[in-house]
Amino acid sequence: MFIIGELINGMYAGIGKAIQNKDKAAIQECALKQVACGADALDINCGPASRKPLEDMPWLVETVQEVTDKTLCLDASKPLVIEAGLKAAKNKAMINSTTADSDKLNTLIPLALKYGSSLIGLTISAKGIPQNKDQRLELAAEIIAACSEKGFPIENLYLDPILMPVNVAQAQMKDILESIHEFKLMADPSPKTIVGLSNVSQGTSSRSLINRTFLAMSIAYGLDSAILDPLDGQLMDALITAELIMSKNIYCASYLDAYRKK
Amino acid sequence: MVLQPVIEKWPAAVSAVTIGAVKSEGGSRVQAIHIGGQNTLPLLFKEGQIPNPPKIAFEVWDMAPSEWPDELLRAWGKVINDPFKWAECCVKEHKAELICVKLQSFHPDYGNKDAAGAGKFIKELLRQMDVPLIITGCGDDAKDNQIIPVVSEAAKGERCLIGSAVQENYKTLVASVLADGHNIIAESPIDVNIAKQLNILISDIGLGLERIVMNPTIGALGYGLEYAYSIMERARLAALSGDKTLASPFICFSGQEAWRAKEAKLSAECGTIWETITSSVLIQAGADILVMRHPAAAAKVARHINNLFGRT
Repeated sequence: MFIIGELINGMYAGIGKAIQNKDKAAIQECALKQVACGADALDINCGPASRKPLEDMPWLVETVQEVTDKTLCLDASKPLVIEAGLKAAKNKAMINSTTADSDKLNTLIPLALKYGSSLIGLTISAKGIPQNKDQRLELAAEIIAACSEKGFPIENLYLDPILMPVNVAQAQMKDILESIHEFKLMADPSPKTIVGLSNVSQGTSSRSLINRTFLAMSIAYGLDSAILDPLDGQLMDALITAELIMSKNIYCASYLDAYRKK
Repeated sequence: MVLQPVIEKWPAAVSAVTIGAVKSEGGSRVQAIHIGGQNTLPLLFKEGQIPNPPKIAFEVWDMAPSEWPDELLRAWGKVINDPFKWAECCVKEHKAELICVKLQSFHPDYGNKDAAGAGKFIKELLRQMDVPLIITGCGDDAKDNQIIPVVSEAAKGERCLIGSAVQENYKTLVASVLADGHNIIAESPIDVNIAKQLNILISDIGLGLERIVMNPTIGALGYGLEYAYSIMERARLAALSGDKTLASPFICFSGQEAWRAKEAKLSAECGTIWETITSSVLIQAGADILVMRHPAAAAKVARHINNLFGRT
């Protein structure tokens, strides 16, 4: 599982304030904590309150890469903000994200190619959020086709089935899980699959339990990557155990420690 | 139609372990032996680097192994009664580049010698021969906990490979080996889960994973060889995929196991054949050190290794 830590996001009060005050130490501490807990990459998002995202994004990238060389997942809705982050990034980067809309695809795929980054593709479009599996597969096909056409390597594409909160779209959960499996069959080499995990529990009473249960189930459906809170120890234990059950790692009595030592 | 070979690439490698220290490193060995370091499955030369061919270690006991089959006793002759002469014969006559000495005479059921004598014995053995040394205890946990610290200290600076740490008994051995700059053999009972766990336990004490050599325990031809193969293959696939806790080279006691087979005792030739075949299969399985008993079998396997690695 490629684990992307979600905590460097201006939406969180502490981070929002740190961005505003240009408090490097607070950002770097948040980065290092997530890496220590098993993050392979770090999501970087200035948050909705940022008034100068074109400055804040590269500042965040520079701040974080002073303390870690992990992949940075540049999270913004505006391509210009993403490019500002890509320009500043010294190490591997991911674009988070494109939708299946042609204007987005036409802008972001060339950016990913230019900077050698991977790309998260959300199966969503201007028409709205997909309501079932078929709509997700259709949007995924459009993203894959655009990537192939532009010569973007499909194995660097991370398809996101758009995870809905379970209390809003309970009937869609099974479709989402099946989409994860079916995305993998849509091209050879397969695209990767990803979810923004915390969405599933938005507004619910048992966020951590719902997050880790959904993660374990989606690992059984072949999920490759998730944007999540690596500081949630029980979530990470569930992740490691689900991967063990899928025989991704060899069991031993200390398998949780062994995974964390990697 | 031209078929394109499928070339597999792995992200990780087996750790490289050095046995024996030369003078410039504070030891007195004529050369060091290097094992491991490969980043592909056994003998798949086109898929990656295999910097070190498997090595043969000659098994020598510190007392005459009276229970060995007649053919083995015959092959060695009188030297078998004197461990120093036996080791000398291995090096001078059979060109051994690695000796594995078993301290059997300290076993409670086989002489029960006083632990204090083990240090003196190893010092003398190191003085009389100059190839790197593997040292194994007598196999009795309580006694090994007495003799290994003494032996480890006596051989300090010679970077030996010392064993065997097992899941129920590893702390004393690992602490000694760590303090005296040796490598350790981690032995598991044909069980990849225990092999992994033991490596973690050893590294938790502070001995780096790169100083561990795994004894996966093997069965001879007809006695579980395929099972041993499958365990070694599983561990190696995990290692090459990036599991550092299983990325240690393998040591296989093929001589010991082959000569336990009843077929090995059928005729003068059978034992040698059994040991040769068992060892050869273990090379395919990924063995990095083969501890062998019969000089003729060792010679055949050495020739086989040279052929496999394109050397004459």
